[in-house]
Amino acid sequence: MSTPTRTVEELANREYEFGFITDVEAESVPPGLNEDVIRLISAKKNEPDFLLEWRLKAYRHWLTMEEPKWQNVHYPPINYQEVIYYSAPKAKGDQPKSLDEIDPEILKTYEKLGIPIQEQEMLAGVVAVDAVFDSVSVATTFKAKLNEMGIIFCSFSEAAQEHPELIRKYLGTVVPTNDNYFAALNSAVFSDGSFVYIPKGVRCPMELSTYFRINAKNTGQFERTLIIADAGSYVSYLEGCTAPMRDENQLHAAVVELIAHDDATIKYSTVQNWYPGDKEGKGGIYNFVTKRGKCEGRNSKISWTQVETGSAITWKYPSCILKGDNSVGEFYSVAVTANYQQADTGTKMIHIGKNTRSTIVAKGISAGHAQSTYRGAVKILSGADGARNYSQCDSILIGDQCGAHTFPYIDVQNPTAQVEHEASTSKIGEDQIFYCNQRGISSEDAVSMIVNGFCKEVFRELPMEFAVEAQKLLSVSLEGSVG
Amino acid sequence: MLEIKNLHATVDDREILKGISLTINPGEVHAIMGPNGSGKSTLAGVLSGRDLYAVTEGEVLYEGKNLLEMPPEERAQEGLLLSFQYPVEIPGVSNIYFLKAALNAKRKHHGEPEMDAMDFLLLVKDKIKKVNLDEAMLHRSVNEGFSGGEKKRNEVFHLSVLEPKLAILDETDSGLDIDALRVVADNINALRDGKRSFLVITHYQRLLEYIVPDYVHVLVDGRIVRSGGKELALELEQTGYKFEQEAARA
Repeated sequence: MSTPTRTVEELANREYEFGFITDVEAESVPPGLNEDVIRLISAKKNEPDFLLEWRLKAYRHWLTMEEPKWQNVHYPPINYQEVIYYSAPKAKGDQPKSLDEIDPEILKTYEKLGIPIQEQEMLAGVVAVDAVFDSVSVATTFKAKLNEMGIIFCSFSEAAQEHPELIRKYLGTVVPTNDNYFAALNSAVFSDGSFVYIPKGVRCPMELSTYFRINAKNTGQFERTLIIADAGSYVSYLEGCTAPMRDENQLHAAVVELIAHDDATIKYSTVQNWYPGDKEGKGGIYNFVTKRGKCEGRNSKISWTQVETGSAITWKYPSCILKGDNSVGEFYSVAVTANYQQADTGTKMIHIGKNTRSTIVAKGISAGHAQSTYRGAVKILSGADGARNYSQCDSILIGDQCGAHTFPYIDVQNPTAQVEHEASTSKIGEDQIFYCNQRGISSEDAVSMIVNGFCKEVFRELPMEFAVEAQKLLSVSLEGSVG
Repeated sequence: MLEIKNLHATVDDREILKGISLTINPGEVHAIMGPNGSGKSTLAGVLSGRDLYAVTEGEVLYEGKNLLEMPPEERAQEGLLLSFQYPVEIPGVSNIYFLKAALNAKRKHHGEPEMDAMDFLLLVKDKIKKVNLDEAMLHRSVNEGFSGGEKKRNEVFHLSVLEPKLAILDETDSGLDIDALRVVADNINALRDGKRSFLVITHYQRLLEYIVPDYVHVLVDGRIVRSGGKELALELEQTGYKFEQEAARA
């Protein structure tokens, strides 16, 4: 007879599917960080001077900062001098000009990941993809079509060359260089990422998508994404990530900045599946990410949806600064932690403008020995008349060796504000599993069914093709871990 | 259909079933009656594959196969279904989605394709009407916020969709008022087709007025102390279990 308890543990011991290593020649700078490394990165990217100055300023500030210690995660100290801050697949000559010039090994990697990088295959699709491999952006599909509408979708490096005025105007306006330790580090050494600009009144006709992949050993990935939605525009942006299985921990410290002007909407969806480490908790990605959006204009809206299944450690709080009157911020999150994964994730909603509204729906799932923490701040400033927030955070536990924690911070400085917070914690019970078994449903399917039911409100927010992927990912993540 | 031979089972090292033998042929309805704590629900648990119990002796053959070696989901897929005494709530999973997963798991097990969504919808709408539950219950989470009576009717609804070969009804009458009892009984009787077998576990004779058994067994202290026809149930109603309990102790 199979015992549900045993199956709980089995499900928690899932395998990582994207752990392959791609064999490409890479050009890396030596490990370690100093001003010369930063100058080198900047020079390799042929960056304008103001950007190098900006990086150096960030680096000098970073040197004065201390790594944050308040989060509910535990890991040995990181030696920042052992990290490689720049690694690029070796290009034959210059930057690749077309897909034909890209190393076929890299293309194979993306195929394995299921990313339709080949533009011809994309004709039937609705997604434009920018793919970032280690530190550089490899290819951006569908660029020409978007260009016709005035939409800029390219790698950050390219934007620094071609649209320096936009970079100069917006970079660091939402996440300043001195915002926090990891953001400062990113500002100093960021290597690539995506840049999006949607002009006034344009509704981006397709989902824009970036896939991030860390391949090289001991490499940190520090991408920087900047998305600007000008007045009355709309864009939906998807981000996916994977990494090979390696015994060492790899560092990932990204920064994402979103800016929405009057009546503009940005929808940002993430399916994060970085390597979570093995069953004993060895290896895996340290994911220290700063994501923030600014609703600059009236009636603007920024919506974050994230499905976090990977990383050994996740430290991430996609936030909204609701500056424009009537602006709307949303955060929908599913965080799955299994084995020895730790996640401290949540959001910040800062209400500045009048009648600003925010919604937070966070679902945490813990299995195995994992620890999952929701940390959220809702701040209503004194000028935010009529501001409203609704927060809901639910946790589900699979097995009896994991933990779920909730730390809500609420700061209300305006008496007309309404703030609601609901929280619940539940456990997938053995009686629930048995009830499903006794109707013919296997324990694994039962857990996946119950967990998917639990996450329904968040999955509903994901674009269709991503929702399917997220559900699959969830089943894979909890495979062998029933409870 | 089902052959139980000298079955012994323990919970936390305490022996609850102390040698039960029972044969159920296709189409037969057997009732197990007995006082509280006699082992009725343990028997249902062991047969359906609940892992709280350890079988220490004896064997159970289901259609000639060793039932005790089959995982619970396989027992269900092979047509052995339990109507729970306390149906479990599953928040977030709709009744209809749950049943569809259950039915398709069974079909897959038997090498059949998944049921067409439209056909499935027509089927469940028809069946839920028969147990007097509102169609809206299809889209509510499994058993969540259902009243006691609704839960029991929902169990019978599950049985009528999944069409077991052997249905075990564990105290299906408890918590039902007389009208609901009649609805439940009518639906179970509608499932009697001369091939399908039933093991009806009950404390009271009341249910057996509506679901008339072929055989009645009295379970006391983990053993079947008497077996007989349907008239035995009536007799017990008058004398109670006292006499049987004393006999068992002697």
